[in-house]
Amino acid sequence: MTDGRAPKPAEPLFDLSCPVPLSDYPHVLLAHGGGGRLTQRLIEQLFVPSFDNPALSEQHDGAVLEIAGRRLAFTTDSFVVKPLFFPGGDIGSLAVHGTVNDLAMCGARPLALSAGLILEEGLPMEELRKIVASMRHAALAVGVPIVTGDTKVVDRGKGDGVFVNVTGVGLVREGIEISPRRARPGDAVLVSGEIAVHGIAIMSVREGLTFDTELVSDSAPLDGLVEGLLAAAGEKVHVLRDPTRGGVASALNEIAGRAKVGIRLEETKIPVSEDVRGACEILGLDPLYVANEGKCLVIVAPEAADAALDAIRSHPLGRLAARIGEVVADHPGQVVMRSRIGGQRIVDLLTGEQLPRIC
Amino acid sequence: MCLGVPGQVVRVDPNDLGMTMGLVKFGGITKEVCLMYTPEAGVGDWVLVHVGFAISQLDEESAKEVFATLERMGELADLGPAKG
Amino acid sequence: MRFVDEYRSEESVRRFAASIRGLVTRPWTLMEICGGQTHTLIRFGIDEMLPPAITMVHGPGCPVCVTPLEMIDRALAIAQKPGVIFTSFGDMLRVPGSKTDLLAVKARGGDVRMVYSPLDAVEIARKNPDREVVFFAVGFETTAPANATAVWKAKKAGILNFSLLVSHVLVPPAMEVILGSPANRVQGFLAAGHVCTVMGYREYEPIAAKYRIPIVVTGFEPLDLVQGIQMTVRALEEGRIGVENQYARSVTRDGNVAAQKRLREVFEVCDRPWRGIGVIPGSGWRLREEYAGHDAVRRFDVGTITPEEPSVCIAGEILQGLKRPNACAAFGTACTPEHPLGAPMVSSEGACAAYFNYGRAV
Repeated sequence: MTDGRAPKPAEPLFDLSCPVPLSDYPHVLLAHGGGGRLTQRLIEQLFVPSFDNPALSEQHDGAVLEIAGRRLAFTTDSFVVKPLFFPGGDIGSLAVHGTVNDLAMCGARPLALSAGLILEEGLPMEELRKIVASMRHAALAVGVPIVTGDTKVVDRGKGDGVFVNVTGVGLVREGIEISPRRARPGDAVLVSGEIAVHGIAIMSVREGLTFDTELVSDSAPLDGLVEGLLAAAGEKVHVLRDPTRGGVASALNEIAGRAKVGIRLEETKIPVSEDVRGACEILGLDPLYVANEGKCLVIVAPEAADAALDAIRSHPLGRLAARIGEVVADHPGQVVMRSRIGGQRIVDLLTGEQLPRIC
Repeated sequence: MCLGVPGQVVRVDPNDLGMTMGLVKFGGITKEVCLMYTPEAGVGDWVLVHVGFAISQLDEESAKEVFATLERMGELADLGPAKG
Repeated sequence: MRFVDEYRSEESVRRFAASIRGLVTRPWTLMEICGGQTHTLIRFGIDEMLPPAITMVHGPGCPVCVTPLEMIDRALAIAQKPGVIFTSFGDMLRVPGSKTDLLAVKARGGDVRMVYSPLDAVEIARKNPDREVVFFAVGFETTAPANATAVWKAKKAGILNFSLLVSHVLVPPAMEVILGSPANRVQGFLAAGHVCTVMGYREYEPIAAKYRIPIVVTGFEPLDLVQGIQMTVRALEEGRIGVENQYARSVTRDGNVAAQKRLREVFEVCDRPWRGIGVIPGSGWRLREEYAGHDAVRRFDVGTITPEEPSVCIAGEILQGLKRPNACAAFGTACTPEHPLGAPMVSSEGACAAYFNYGRAV
């Protein structure tokens, strides 16, 4: 964590034209944004060394900066979802919830947000109006103001309608220390509800799947749920993470890697709804790798696990929370799962986006 | 080969090209599927679907066979001394 | 989910595994043909539940893996032509050609789109009459009815801007190559349940008789696999040869007659090169003359293609079950799912990818 002073100017001769070994890909691929191994490589081999500072090196959902004796959480997130409108939300509400959640994952109360919009020429004004109204609604519901912003317009064909960037600041609660590095053997791994809902909701629009009861994205602000959790379990909560793109598998792999611990999961304990299961079966997707937008993973000291689970379940967004595994000293950096038939498999980081398969 | 998923037929729609389509339910979701290669399948029947096509109608009697076999194996295990 | 969950019961799987242990009196080597079966074995950790006397070798039933390099390069060349919308199943997008892959072509501006069903590709063609739409029709017999129907529909509905790039392969000729090889150690086969759903299992009876082996048509869920293995081991222990059907809820001896009729209308048998193995006579399907107008091979001139395989890749030996992925010098080091040297590391079906992703480094 920095001490709040202005950083030294970067060495002028940091040469980005030196070959940075980014897996032999001379062009950016979609997989670089997939939340898997290629994304991690891009961050570790390009961004972190280029910008080089302790807060960034933590590589948590947000940076925590010490400013005048208080801890400020600072996060940014960009949203490029297609389609812009989907069951359960739109790019606007997704953006507000996503950034509020990143702050919550730092143990911080959200204070203020900014909104940067890149609009494509030709976007119907009615759609923009709806998105902005949605952002307003989402921000009001959380009680966090959108205090500043920016707007740019790009030529027709150069943007997907709308790209949104939301940056947020918040204050980390006293006595709370949330960091991936705090996971330790013996800790319980919890998830706040059914997984893979958002990714499947999006894909259902694209693939023309229909559901008995319409499957809506789980996009939601988790600050209230986290408030209740921290009130119940306080500093026994070691790690919080919202498993967005790349899913639960990617998030847990990152945590295991940062903390140099192993994580063991029980397949039968992982909550997945029937709708999502059906969709994953026919598309050949593993729900562990599908995005969530209103769920969090909690790694908590074992003696506080029951209290933590109760606290989460008492919140409307956490009714189906479950204990899905534990942190172990074995196989550091790896996530291993006991399958429903009793065998073992490694839950690895994927290279990029998970693709639906036919075989 | 590969990903064939069992689903239950909820609707059958014959069409102009002679390509019977329909709606099939998998867990909680429904999807449009081509039923032209399972002409006997009607609403309520189970089919196996691969890349948007039903390739067989699942035979429930045969499906139960494996569980009958398991039962017999279980009984045998209970009867004699433990094997292996 | 019905017909799924009950086949994933721990108790049931353990019972069959115990039965196999009770039956076995000597070592046996079995092959499961289909990549989807390999996937299940490793994903659920079934291979580790079997007694050490049983060795499972993984067969060439991964259509992505066996699509010849020349065909991948052809697909890449077509996808890079201006105005073409190149459509494909998800699996093919990362398979390396001699120099690049479809995802990289997409990154450089090619219109490459993934579809769930070949009918979706026909729909894209209908909606974009001024563009050429090509569908990469790979697969074994299971996928052939879907691909055949797509081109049949396009022809019937007069959708002239739709063509198929066909690289279909057939299982029985591949089995004969494996069984006929002097290095073959496979004593019993689990035949591919979904291939047989379409084609039936008549054509396996002469193979079983000629090579004097048991063949058990097997499904894809954990319970199917262990039961299929148990039936094969029982036949081997009792000295029986011939074809048995574990997957009777989906497979009949004659198969899906209506689908076979469509296949005969649209496709004809041809010789086909298998990546890593070489040409196997009579092992593929191509479009019949009546469908020439919808044949992407004839429609697009891509010049001469000179494919180049990386020499260290031992995909051929893996696909024939002669070596395990972890025996390859490049496995996990120079060759990983992130930068694959050969197809079995790319496809979710491929033995190398399964070993890598589910952690069989030893």
